[in-house]
Amino acid sequence: MDWSFVLAHVQDFLAGAWVTLRFGLYGIGCSLVLGLVCCLVRFFRVPLLKSLVHVYIEVARNTPLLIQLFFLYAGLPRAGIRLSAEACAVIGLTFLGGAYMAEAFRSGLESVDRFQREAGECLGLTWGQNVRYVLLPQAMATASPALFANIIFLLKETSVFSVLALMDLMNVADTLRTSGGRTIEVLFLLVVAYVALLLPVSLAATFTERRLKYAGFGDQRSV
Amino acid sequence: MEAMLRVEDIRKSFDGTEVLKGVSLEIYEGEVVVIIGPSGCGKSTLLRCINGLETIDSGKILLRDQVISEKKKDQHLIRQKIGMVFQSYDLFPHMKVMDNLLLGPTKALKRPAEQVREEAMEMLKRVGLYDKAEALPRTLSGGQKQRVALVRAMLMHPDVLLLDEITAALDPEMVSEVLNVVIDLAEQGITMAIVTHEMRFAEAVADRVLFLEQGTIVEEGEPETFFREPRTERARQFLQSFTYASARKTVKRKG
Repeated sequence: MDWSFVLAHVQDFLAGAWVTLRFGLYGIGCSLVLGLVCCLVRFFRVPLLKSLVHVYIEVARNTPLLIQLFFLYAGLPRAGIRLSAEACAVIGLTFLGGAYMAEAFRSGLESVDRFQREAGECLGLTWGQNVRYVLLPQAMATASPALFANIIFLLKETSVFSVLALMDLMNVADTLRTSGGRTIEVLFLLVVAYVALLLPVSLAATFTERRLKYAGFGDQRSV
Repeated sequence: MEAMLRVEDIRKSFDGTEVLKGVSLEIYEGEVVVIIGPSGCGKSTLLRCINGLETIDSGKILLRDQVISEKKKDQHLIRQKIGMVFQSYDLFPHMKVMDNLLLGPTKALKRPAEQVREEAMEMLKRVGLYDKAEALPRTLSGGQKQRVALVRAMLMHPDVLLLDEITAALDPEMVSEVLNVVIDLAEQGITMAIVTHEMRFAEAVADRVLFLEQGTIVEEGEPETFFREPRTERARQFLQSFTYASARKTVKRKG
């Protein structure tokens, strides 16, 4: 292992990590919003939209991100829609992530006692108030492990961004490896970089899960 | 006098089975109407139809002479005027007792939190739960939860309060602590429709009793006459099922 090579290129990997993190977080943020909307559409059985959402979820979950990105980056320009690599990255990750997030939110909402919704309605809450104050806080307790798993999954999926010529971690590593041939050093830096990015997320997931467990939702019926 | 709540010939079917076969009733201001009848006779469905949790197939429901049974966008405004408490309490488990109480008045009615909090404390005191304002629901007993649920419904100041078998899930010794609160509400002049299997409570609290069977009102009367001398054979049989013949054998002892 050539440590001087490693030290000399830490800077490149930091830059790559920043790209990975930035576009990863944009995409994850958007997929959380998209996922929540899709999940509510399905949960409240909004006519027409719910079938549309169903089709979207199946398509998004059953195609690889790589192909979704090819479609956005190489396919759409043929239809006259030209998007920047950055836009393609965020849209692609959101398209994939939204479907996974929708399913995670749905598992949470479905775990909430069905009478909770009626209790909120009986208090004269509007639909939105009921979701915000009664249903979602309880749903989050069940959904949070799945949501965190999705966040980690999506952050890792960003490694596909290199096909868009974005200088993310994967692309930085690939470029260095093919130009210098120092495969071991490059892979070492790559692994360290991904672990450094993802470990805090995993720890946050464990922490949140434990907190929610202690909060002890769900055993309301026992006397 | 005009009825506070008027139900006109409502019908409701689930999957082809007609549960309510043309039910009509009126409830006047300050009146307590108790609805009794065997399981599956449509009592709960009737209450659920009144506050719009179920949509009716035909008929009409009026609150203060306003039709409320046509599904409209402002259903939540109608529900603000009709309180309902269920058998399963349905407190919000992620909120402290006080937050359970504040949610409806502050969010749905947009009242200032401080004002509601004062009123809530007063009501909690009245039902004997003054020290539970900051407790989480899961730390309460069933009877305590149900009293909180009653306070939560009452803080909305509904025109009419619907109680759907609110003691059915409680241990026997907790039943009376809840029912005493209901009797207190009746004495305050709260208009109520109550579904219950507690016959002695029904007799004590009711201004009028409705006997519902197979989706129709079979008999209606004041509690004194209904419980002592029911007019219909069916009501008589039903009331009889609450008394038991003694199974004990009398053993004669010598001595």
